Amino acid sequence: MNATNRNEQKALARAVLEIDVNNHPGVMSHVVGLFSRRTYNVEGILCLPLENGQRSRIWLLVNEDERLPQMIKQGEKLEDVIAIRRHQGDHAVFQQLSGFFQS
Amino acid sequence: MTETLTGAQITIRLLERQGIRTVAGIPGGAILPIYDALGQSSLIHHVLARHEQGAGFMAQGMARVSGKPAVCMASSGPGATNLLTAIADAKLDSIPLVAITGQVARAMIGTDAFQEVDTYGLSIPITKHNFLVNSAEELLTVIPRAFEIAASGRPGPVLIDIPKDVQTQAIEIAQWPEPASPKPAQTASAAQIAEAAAMINSATRPILYLGGGVVHSGAAASAVELAEKSTLPTVMTLMALGAMPVDHPLSLGMLGMHGARSTNLILDQCDLLIAVGARFDDRATGKVAAFCPCAKIIHIDIDPAELDKIKTAHIGITADVQEALAQLLPLVHDNERSAWRQQVDTLRASFPLNLPDINQPLSHFGLIRSIADNLDDEAIIATDVGQHQMWVAQSYPLRRPRQWLTSGGLGTMGFGVPAAIGAALAEPTRTVVCFTGDGSILMNIQELITAAEEAVNLKIVLMDNASLGLVHQQQTLFYGERLFASQFKATPDFIKIAQGFGLHAVDLDHAADPTAALREALSRPGPCLIHASIDVEQKVYPMVPPGAANHEMIGN
Ligand SMILES: Cc1ncc(C[n+]2csc(CCOP(=O)(O)OP(=O)(O)O)c2C)c(N)n1
Repeated sequence: MNATNRNEQKALARAVLEIDVNNHPGVMSHVVGLFSRRTYNVEGILCLPLENGQRSRIWLLVNEDERLPQMIKQGEKLEDVIAIRRHQGDHAVFQQLSGFFQS
Repeated sequence: MTETLTGAQITIRLLERQGIRTVAGIPGGAILPIYDALGQSSLIHHVLARHEQGAGFMAQGMARVSGKPAVCMASSGPGATNLLTAIADAKLDSIPLVAITGQVARAMIGTDAFQEVDTYGLSIPITKHNFLVNSAEELLTVIPRAFEIAASGRPGPVLIDIPKDVQTQAIEIAQWPEPASPKPAQTASAAQIAEAAAMINSATRPILYLGGGVVHSGAAASAVELAEKSTLPTVMTLMALGAMPVDHPLSLGMLGMHGARSTNLILDQCDLLIAVGARFDDRATGKVAAFCPCAKIIHIDIDPAELDKIKTAHIGITADVQEALAQLLPLVHDNERSAWRQQVDTLRASFPLNLPDINQPLSHFGLIRSIADNLDDEAIIATDVGQHQMWVAQSYPLRRPRQWLTSGGLGTMGFGVPAAIGAALAEPTRTVVCFTGDGSILMNIQELITAAEEAVNLKIVLMDNASLGLVHQQQTLFYGERLFASQFKATPDFIKIAQGFGLHAVDLDHAADPTAALREALSRPGPCLIHASIDVEQKVYPMVPPGAANHEMIGN
């Protein structure tokens, strides 16, 4: 298997979640807690406030798993989650960051 | 006109405005400002529990019988951690609760201050939502919001952690927020309802499967109407018992692990399962792959995350179940279903629920039956957790929603007595009976003094087998009869204990006429303990062994 193929494979097996939340200290715990209690590994996390600082956007890179639709529904139930959008694993947001993660 | 009030006073005023008239709790340093304000309230009666878990379950008892959020309070640190079990229990059974905890002052948070614990962090996974309040001002939005969240959609517990300096901070209040009421739920899609009605009308062997959501949404009458109109044999989960009277001709009682054999066998035959406010819990379904193997599924639930979680539904409808049933009813045709009824009746006659020794008042089923014979449907029936709980679920003639209080999802020993006290506080004109075991009662025995102090009309029926009976049963059946840590070597004198706490106590073991003694104890007002010894070898039968399919039941 050549390198491109391996990356493609990885991208297929991954999903990116874009989660709009209220910006306050407990939000990240609520969101990642949904994953940790189900031993569902979160491969990548990125979070920054949106324009006025009232809201933040959390980007999660996670493995594709049959439980993912249930994870999204559970996430949507959180009071501080405004919206969750699901993207392909090769979404630019994590790809563009890869330069920061070379050892 | 503006008033200057402290955060503590604001908290109490908001509870009063919300219509809260009873709260249960225990004070401590970090919640003393709130207690000081509570002491000045002429509207709210504070019930002093003797353990915060007791306070949490008392609030649950109030919420379970009323359907409205109830309030419990605790101080920071150990007070808050003691509440957690009752909160987790409320989460799993979808009970609306508002828990208020004191926290160390904001400047001390994170310093490992005396009695500081991360209550916010600890309560995240066991609450529907939680708040750490940052200012007195914020209380004006957080408290109504907590009540709204607890009662809206699928109900659940909400925790509000209030630092001590927020409680003492004084602010000017020009205007009070409106008391919160539940937000209306999403309405059922008319197209899906029509599709569901068509499926029900064309099914030949349908079953109606009711869960706790039917009770929460006040949909019991509509569910019974639907069953009658379309002749739907009806099963109930542990949480739904009472939604349809158990002696209704269409009632097949409880399904699953300790249901009647016939009930589980009938489910195996059904071609359509109409799940209403139920969540396909493993105690109900047994091995999921083998549950209702030939059925299409209509699943109606207010929580969209329950749809397709365990079983994929052919039609999944997100809605308040009462609203959905009201839409569905006019579209469902009258249907006699005589062939299906006959098939159901034949199975019921061939594989009935056996209630051995039911006519002997000192046997496990006989005791439950004698108590039912002495009460009417106005009584409230609570249980603890264990064999006694399942025997009551199998045999008590529950006939109305909110008559039945049991810890279903978490299965918490110690639930019974304080939850029953809460029920009695909320509905003082009813008789409340709590069936408990000698293991469970000791988990919150301290609340007997609260029962005496409040003079609640509570009859505690202690089914004493000197064992952790359900553990004893499991070890006997599935662990090669290696009984370990399930038999008590020392047992207390429960009569003296009850009397020591100021309760009237009756020992049916030594009564010359147990039936008369029982009748007398049940009719005497106020709290009372009724003790009866139960044979430890009695099992909860029939039973689906762990991991097995529901048709693979063992026992009589
Ligand atoms: C807090 C808690 N701890 C442990 C258990 C596990 N457990 C379930 S039933 C049971 C025994 C209950 O004994 P008892 O209250 O005497 O009732 P019995 O089964 O004898 O009727 C135990 C230990 C539990 N459900 N809850």
